[in-house]
Amino acid sequence: MADDILTIAGTPFGSRLIMGTGGAPSLEVLEQALKLSGTELTTVAMRRVDPTVKGSVLEVLARNSIRVLPNTAGCFTAGEAVLTARLAREALGTDWVKLEVVADERTLLPDPVELLDAAEILVDDGFTVLPYTNDDPVLARKLEDVGCAAVMPLGSPIGSGLGIRNPHNFQLIVENAGVPVILDAGAGTASDAAFAMELGCDAVMLASAVTRAQDPALMADAMRRAVEAGRMARRAGRIPRRFHAEASSPLEGRAQLDHREMPAF
Amino acid sequence: MLRTHTDVLVVGGGIIGLAVAWRTAQRGLGVAVLDPDPGHGAAQVAAGMLAPVTELQYGEEPLLRLGMASNARYADFAAELEQASGLPTGYRACGTLAVALDADDRAELQDLYAFHQRLGLTSRWLTGRETRRLEPMLAPSVRGALLVEDDHQVDGRRVGAALLEACRRAGVDLVAARAERLTVEHGRATGAVAEGGRELAADQVVVAAGSRSHLLPGLPEGVLPPVRPVKGQVLRLRIPPVYAPFLSRNVRAVVRGCHIYLVPREDGELVVGATMEELGHDTTVTAGGVYELLRDAHELIPGITELPLVETSAGLRPGSPDNAPLLGPTALDGLVAATGHFRNGVLLAPVTGDLVAEYLAAGRLPELGVPFLPTRFTRTAAQEALR
Repeated sequence: MADDILTIAGTPFGSRLIMGTGGAPSLEVLEQALKLSGTELTTVAMRRVDPTVKGSVLEVLARNSIRVLPNTAGCFTAGEAVLTARLAREALGTDWVKLEVVADERTLLPDPVELLDAAEILVDDGFTVLPYTNDDPVLARKLEDVGCAAVMPLGSPIGSGLGIRNPHNFQLIVENAGVPVILDAGAGTASDAAFAMELGCDAVMLASAVTRAQDPALMADAMRRAVEAGRMARRAGRIPRRFHAEASSPLEGRAQLDHREMPAF
Repeated sequence: MLRTHTDVLVVGGGIIGLAVAWRTAQRGLGVAVLDPDPGHGAAQVAAGMLAPVTELQYGEEPLLRLGMASNARYADFAAELEQASGLPTGYRACGTLAVALDADDRAELQDLYAFHQRLGLTSRWLTGRETRRLEPMLAPSVRGALLVEDDHQVDGRRVGAALLEACRRAGVDLVAARAERLTVEHGRATGAVAEGGRELAADQVVVAAGSRSHLLPGLPEGVLPPVRPVKGQVLRLRIPPVYAPFLSRNVRAVVRGCHIYLVPREDGELVVGATMEELGHDTTVTAGGVYELLRDAHELIPGITELPLVETSAGLRPGSPDNAPLLGPTALDGLVAATGHFRNGVLLAPVTGDLVAEYLAAGRLPELGVPFLPTRFTRTAAQEALR
């Protein structure tokens, strides 16, 4: 949709699906899935990849013209996250970073205090910061206030596939945001991605839903279509919900039969 | 300059290179192996789990068939190798238990069980109680398990040592040097130059250099797809006789989404593995790697804290783009591949030796190996260009 471009920090993207690479059974399967997803932006865990290695996931992204978005997965403190982001900038020559600072391994939920701290340091250091955050409208606003280029609230915990558990919070975040809002984490199947877009998200980010599906390529294709469908539905404007039915065909102009004229069956 | 000629030159003397060399020498061909330290590849670190059914992944059914074929040959392979070398292999027909620790892990394991049933594979579902009756050291939180009776284990170190000795006895020329470069003349691989300048000419050259295979100097571009190093950190503990048996079979588990396995050897060694890291040719053991393995192992088997930790090490799995090995002739005449075995080098050593030796001796790759021809990647590229 050439007339409907997503812009993050001044950079345009034709696709509103951001992919992750974790959990793919093989690089070949990952590559097929990425192609079918149509993604133009994909995250890579910088603690797990060396950019100088031949045949790595970074080569897969490069040959498909997909922009790499390094993330700080596995960091528990602002200090670690800042260090990881700087190493990624040096290794990959990009100052974009998907900022993740999680509180514990059991939930992988963001630590809001450390996250905001790291976001501020990185923005001041010239990074384009896309933070993985709780679905908390207040925190989302504060992240925007310190200069983040987007906010990426979670629908439900990473890898859980539970979809968007608090749609109302998403609506609040979308309503207040002056930067793109990107669903991050929780999408389990296509309807979750479509729902996020219908709620007004600017994009959807997902990994496990595709990489751990039984047929990752097919699921990637489904996700691309779901994001497009959800986006179109949002732009088209849905009808209001009603408690009772409202006939879709008009009642006017029908024959008004007197009971005396009623034909005999 | 010294120049020798042989029928077959194998570049790389890890478990795969040596298995190919041994089987090829048995077919009556003259074989040389070029490796600075033969018998010391990734199999030295590997746990040696022979678990094609337990480790099945969606979309990898051809690899499953190859793995099962190799697993089925293992008992005979080990017996013959022990006979030929006079050395033990540590082959142990013990079965494997895939364990789920919580409801989420259980759901994932039930998915695998359903997949097994669709494919007609033999595995049995056990309740938590049944599981702990088999392995009492498992944590009380175990929610269920899959028992795969035909997934066994072998000691990769012992197999490496035995293959080395078997090769010696079979008359294989073991050249203890690094391959400086591959020699190619008139579009055909003709041998290699060893470090120090010795020229080894051969009718056929086998690349079995693991995660360094496609970095071999002189290899023309595009002949081999990238084989990248995927680091795995592994711990070795010891089960003191008073605790024996502690574990009686391989135990594999998903602990909150992380995969871990414990392989108890007959001699009391307990191998715990393994991390998956894509950090290049780096074999550093890190605090985080050891921590994660111990953390998950402890959650699975609380009593593990009492065992002596005797070794930490890291090896490099040779990962091909589709995780499956590269077997047989390449696009370069005279050059044959036996590499890219990723997580399955120890498991696939017997079948790789058989298939590649058959190709080298008879010029025909058996049907079982055809899905793994290295040219499958170049074909894909050509097909894509046509679209």
